[in-house]
Amino acid sequence: MIDHQLIDTYAREISEEKQTSVINGSAASTDKRYTVLFKDYENPDELRKLAAKIKDHTLHHLDRYLEQAESSLQRNGVQVHFADTGEDAKATILSILKERGISKLTKSKSMAAEEIHLNPYLIEHGIECLESDLGEFIIQLDDDVPSHIVRPIIHKNRREIARTFQREGIATDYNDDPETITRRARVFLREKYMQAEAVITGGNFISAESGRLVLVTNEGNSRFGMAPSKVHIALVGIEKLVPTDRDLAVFLNLLGRSATGQQLTVYTEFISGPKDATQPSGPEEMHVVFLNNGRTDVLESNCREILRCIRCSACQNVCPVYRQASGHAYRATYGGPVGAVLSPLLAGKEFPELADLPKASTLCGACNEVCPVDIPIPDLLLRLRDKAKREKIHSPGAPPMSPFATLATSPSLWRTAMTMSKAMNHLPIQVAPVKPLQEWLGQRTLPEWHGGDFRKWFNNRSNKSKQP
Amino acid sequence: MSSRNAIFSKIRTALGDVQAKADYPDYDSAVLHSKPKLEGTPSEAFSRNFTAVSGKVMNSLAELVVFLQENGQTRGYCDPRLMPEVGNALAAAGLTVETAYDRSRYEDYQFGVTRATGAIAESGSLILDDAQTSDRLAALSPWVHVGVLRESEIHRTIPDAMAALGPSRNILWATGPSKTADVEGILIEGVHGPGLQLALFV
Repeated sequence: MIDHQLIDTYAREISEEKQTSVINGSAASTDKRYTVLFKDYENPDELRKLAAKIKDHTLHHLDRYLEQAESSLQRNGVQVHFADTGEDAKATILSILKERGISKLTKSKSMAAEEIHLNPYLIEHGIECLESDLGEFIIQLDDDVPSHIVRPIIHKNRREIARTFQREGIATDYNDDPETITRRARVFLREKYMQAEAVITGGNFISAESGRLVLVTNEGNSRFGMAPSKVHIALVGIEKLVPTDRDLAVFLNLLGRSATGQQLTVYTEFISGPKDATQPSGPEEMHVVFLNNGRTDVLESNCREILRCIRCSACQNVCPVYRQASGHAYRATYGGPVGAVLSPLLAGKEFPELADLPKASTLCGACNEVCPVDIPIPDLLLRLRDKAKREKIHSPGAPPMSPFATLATSPSLWRTAMTMSKAMNHLPIQVAPVKPLQEWLGQRTLPEWHGGDFRKWFNNRSNKSKQP
Repeated sequence: MSSRNAIFSKIRTALGDVQAKADYPDYDSAVLHSKPKLEGTPSEAFSRNFTAVSGKVMNSLAELVVFLQENGQTRGYCDPRLMPEVGNALAAAGLTVETAYDRSRYEDYQFGVTRATGAIAESGSLILDDAQTSDRLAALSPWVHVGVLRESEIHRTIPDAMAALGPSRNILWATGPSKTADVEGILIEGVHGPGLQLALFV
């Protein structure tokens, strides 16, 4: 058996059906993003450079902005909590609910909540906690995990969903028409919204200046969840801050376009506290839980640029590795290029478990090209490979690079190897007992080896050019 | 140590290493403007962009009445303050109009007429602000939402609308009907909120 990298093994074993769903879904999103950005802007690149600068500035002054956000939120009547770990966040949220005797809530999609496994924890503690984003709702019914940041069920097709709805009693019959599936979820979920006493959301941005929490959804599920609920709890990563309201316009313009090819996401909500006194529908109490859960370790690392991420998923959609392997191959909440950087870093002591992720990349750079906050993902992948090397972590299937390093750092050895390898033109190397080589050559024919010819040609050429 | 202190102390330690801290960039929000989206007067741009996100502009009460009748949306809610301008005309045309939203009968409302406190021309968004929306649910649970809008309240650009957000506790920019593409990337309108988003100019 050949030792493959774990992502590679996953990609080989994935069903064709699942792979087709992922490839089609991600390719379509990449096309939409490209079309809308270039239709709307002459030079979209300058926008993302600006967004990167704003985020870097915020991260470099995070203590100041977090303090400012805290006081702005409190001024707006929001109760602010801090959670250094996932466990702290879960305990805080549970105690808010228990103190108020709340046992039913809806939850709108939050990657931070996925990261700390909030749902199973609340359910274990007797809270009915229902996901309301259509994709997350289906994930919850299937006891699955999301495989994409924006489209959690990109790996599923309509037939699987229709079977799930029938099995779970959402519908009495099998119907795989996407519109029917959506209507059935609509009917089922709105009854749940009306019964819920609280709503848990994530947060896309918080303006430190005004304390406005910005939530975006296309379905309107967070707004519907909030309307009948008495209590709103938002779980927000500490890196989600921007300095001012004006900056929100920069990020909102980039987020929708990068994520789904929309100028703005349908429901863009600016929340600065519990509902207005005259408003009959909406929470009377609002809590923001700021989550660290390893983000300060990332801030301390040489990969802090990854904290600029606004979770748009453009890098997942464009990545050839993600498309072949799907998000589940990354074995963590965040998959794809952003996940290959963020997941090992957030893993803390378990870094070795995920140290293979940064190695499963050809460093083609597409992820950086599409990133709305210009994160140099390929550079960060290299820094993490370096970290793994320094910490002597071996990942299964990753080819050993030390023989190459020896060759490449010694000009004389390199020259010799180039010339000697010409022997390959005359030897049947495809039958050499080296399995990776056999496998590689099983699908390809090597061209004739010309090692050393370029140097010879170049030397001759420069000698000629020196002649008068 | 409390989580708060732990987090602040970790941030300060982490930032101790950062040699060159990035300055806040000096920028003009005009870089965000999408020129093709802004062509024409604000109301022309709004109508065009609102239509592009599947919204429907109603230029008169008569047009709204016909639209609701043709779509079989005959029973709904109207913000009591909008009865003189809108609701009475709907009732006069034979539609059932209620001025109190009763949550226990949420399925009974096929349309909801509420005030849009503004709009954004560049993106085709309606702005609903908590202080002036008679009931958030009335704009959310019915299949048809009608945002009643005055032409003078259209902001030209997204940064303009951002600068004018105001003090309300909750402000919504609704850019088209509620939608999803979760199932195989196929666009379906009307997931949790309205399947039809209408703007009525008064």
